[in-house]
Amino acid sequence: MDIVKAENLKYEYVQVDEEGNEEARSIAVDGVNLQVKAGDFVAILGHNGSGKSTLAKHINAILLPTEGTLYVDGKDTKDESKLWEIRQTAGMVFQNPDNQIIGTIVEEDVGFGPENMGVPQAEIWKRVEKSLKSVGMWEYRDHSPNKLSGGQKQRVAIAGVVAMRPKCIVLDEPTAMLDPNGRKEVIRTVQELNRQEHVTVILITHYMEEVIEADRVIVMDQGKIVMQGTPREVFSHVEELKGYRLDVPQETLVAYELQKAGIPLPDGILTTEELIEELEKIKQTPGESQKVR
Amino acid sequence: MAIKVENLSYVYSTGTAFEKQALKNINLELPDGQFVGLIGHTGSGKSTLIQHLNGLIKATSGAVYYNGENIYAEGYSMKNLRSKVGLVFQYPEHQLFEADVFTDVCFGPKNLGLAREEVEERAREALRLVGLKEKHYKQSPFELSGGQKRRVAIAGILAMEPDVLILDEPTAGLDPRGRDDILDQVARLHREKKITVILVSHSMEDIARYVERIIVMNRGQVLFDDTPREVFSHYQELEKVGLAAPRVTYLMHSLKERGWKVETSATTVPEAASSILKALKTSGISE
Amino acid sequence: MIREITLGQYYPADSVIHKLDPRVKLAATLVFIISLFVFRSPEAYAAATVFLGTVIYISKVPVKFMMRGLKSIILLLMITVAFNLFLTPGTAVFRIWKIQVTKEGIVIAVSMAVRLIYLIVGASVMTLTTTPNDLTDGLEKALTPMKKIRVPVHEISMMMSIALRFIPILLDETDKIMKAQMARGADFETGGLIKKAKSMIPLLVPLFISAFRRANDLAMAMEARGYHGGEGRTKMKPLVYKRRDYTAYLCLLAYLVIMFLVNRLHFVTGILGI
Repeated sequence: MDIVKAENLKYEYVQVDEEGNEEARSIAVDGVNLQVKAGDFVAILGHNGSGKSTLAKHINAILLPTEGTLYVDGKDTKDESKLWEIRQTAGMVFQNPDNQIIGTIVEEDVGFGPENMGVPQAEIWKRVEKSLKSVGMWEYRDHSPNKLSGGQKQRVAIAGVVAMRPKCIVLDEPTAMLDPNGRKEVIRTVQELNRQEHVTVILITHYMEEVIEADRVIVMDQGKIVMQGTPREVFSHVEELKGYRLDVPQETLVAYELQKAGIPLPDGILTTEELIEELEKIKQTPGESQKVR
Repeated sequence: MAIKVENLSYVYSTGTAFEKQALKNINLELPDGQFVGLIGHTGSGKSTLIQHLNGLIKATSGAVYYNGENIYAEGYSMKNLRSKVGLVFQYPEHQLFEADVFTDVCFGPKNLGLAREEVEERAREALRLVGLKEKHYKQSPFELSGGQKRRVAIAGILAMEPDVLILDEPTAGLDPRGRDDILDQVARLHREKKITVILVSHSMEDIARYVERIIVMNRGQVLFDDTPREVFSHYQELEKVGLAAPRVTYLMHSLKERGWKVETSATTVPEAASSILKALKTSGISE
Repeated sequence: MIREITLGQYYPADSVIHKLDPRVKLAATLVFIISLFVFRSPEAYAAATVFLGTVIYISKVPVKFMMRGLKSIILLLMITVAFNLFLTPGTAVFRIWKIQVTKEGIVIAVSMAVRLIYLIVGASVMTLTTTPNDLTDGLEKALTPMKKIRVPVHEISMMMSIALRFIPILLDETDKIMKAQMARGADFETGGLIKKAKSMIPLLVPLFISAFRRANDLAMAMEARGYHGGEGRTKMKPLVYKRRDYTAYLCLLAYLVIMFLVNRLHFVTGILGI
């Protein structure tokens, strides 16, 4: 079954002036159809203002669609009686690590979600321990969040969501404010959760290196889904991606440049290893390298 | 010699339990007109260092010279120094406060005590330099996009007509196009105005594309200070201190290890591609 | 650094006082302060001194930390003492020009000073041995009965703990904004009152905008994690009285009884004219 399913989803921001009259309307999400299978790792790419964050906030029922429907685990997000179930099913991690940690001590923050759900005390402690261990922050349980690095704070935020036992975690640009090491930490944590706990992951980002290992990549532009497929399929369209104001991994770019110079490399090379392997093949075929001349 | 840093050390919260040496005996010379990249992981001391250059933090020991004058000398005007060594902080949200963009950019030159016409003249020129369209001048800075805010923040500093422009992670939080736009604009500024630019960044790929000199900081000390090619050739040492070379550097080194005749000093995509192409051609001929 | 100072004045140490339930400490502080005002005889003050001294000793907090709180009221203290000393009518002890100091004045001034100092030190014992978090929890639990008269006890304590978490962040931010504006030639130090007030605008506007933005983000994050008020909420660290807490309550009761007796004694000695 699909854990997340969007049918013709539309969302309009309405700007009102001081008298409450409508001033301007802008369509942030424009007729999106999307299905995410349980256990998948899906990455949503797009430049700032492409509508990817607005879409993400629908999955947690923070925003409700202007038109169309969004189902989380079969539940319509417009159904208010299911609101808390939906928020428990689809947890959300936000961009700014400082603004989503509520507790003044790490373990208390992780317990915040279960407390809200009315989980019995002993069970909360079990969950806190398990989720802090799963993100590798157990040793920091009695620290103040203010003393942690950005990457560590985000891992605490992830643990806070994991403690609610969600089937799906939506991460809205969780690495945008982190340094490269913090970014790696967070992505590694998310990948492990997906592989070991089989939590569905929907990762919203504009860093290409983070999506290479995703099962599926979705590219958004002007509120619409404009490309989707495996990372390999998506990254074989270098020019198109550039048109959507996106980056391509450097390895892919080198391969692309070489292709343009007439080297017969396959499309969609993603890693250094792949590129080297393909280059070696060409080097060993004399006919091919002769052509280059 | 625009800026000279001599035996600079800085200790946080001296005499308390939180005492921490942030900078250790730094010696640097930053001549006029250079485009310098400053890298280091979080906590390496790079932010502390740049705040010494315009006198926002006073060194525990050592000295900073600007155009040969010791900035710690009695009677030295810090205000004047700050207008000459412009520092743009990471988040534009920390400095934008006026009702409209134009007035906000005027804040800096107004603080210098200039006449109104001069202030407005400079603000207009600064906004032109960062490439912000005129239709935004009367807009509230808070309604702008992330990239535009960043431009206004840079303009706010440029309006003071600095000789040195320091940018602390100017691309954090921007998307790839926003990032390229800002960096291209900064590079153009450097070319046209001939000002010294110090770019603090986490992204080796960005740094490799623009700068002529890289200073690597680690644990409050300067680890490397050289051209990008030289610095990135130490990619294994960079990794040890939590940094990395641009991704193409790894590609080139791996190819070299497999007997390819490629230039390991290539640090950008076009350099790497052309070097691989050359290697392929020569191997074709040899067979 | 700023952060360390503002995170309450909590002084970490391993003592019984630190481990007590915050409700006990709240109650004890309250009882102690009230006792200072109800029992006002030299003997009672002596008993209060012994009690306070013992608690401070057990708490393992250096006395100089206890005295820090007094700095902030030193002016108030001096004014109070001066007023009582010089303006109380009665038998004059000595007089300089038109100002006379009376015996009654000295007695009242001294007793006022003692009360004020003990009040502050007593409250310091609580804040020095209780983390702000525990204090908030204790207040919430202690005020629970007020829910019946529609006092939003849970919300108040949630607000307090959020404030505790964000004060250091906002202080840090204030520092960054100040530096960003100083880099643009802003001057926060020189000038008269009006100029200084005006120079705060470039600091306050970004600070407020940032605070509102954070509040908005935080509200969203709390909702996303299923927060919907205190209703149906369980507690990860519920406050449960332990044996030492009951012992402490007994000690408090003993203190009250002694104070009462000692005060009666004064009454007796007073009548006897000793």
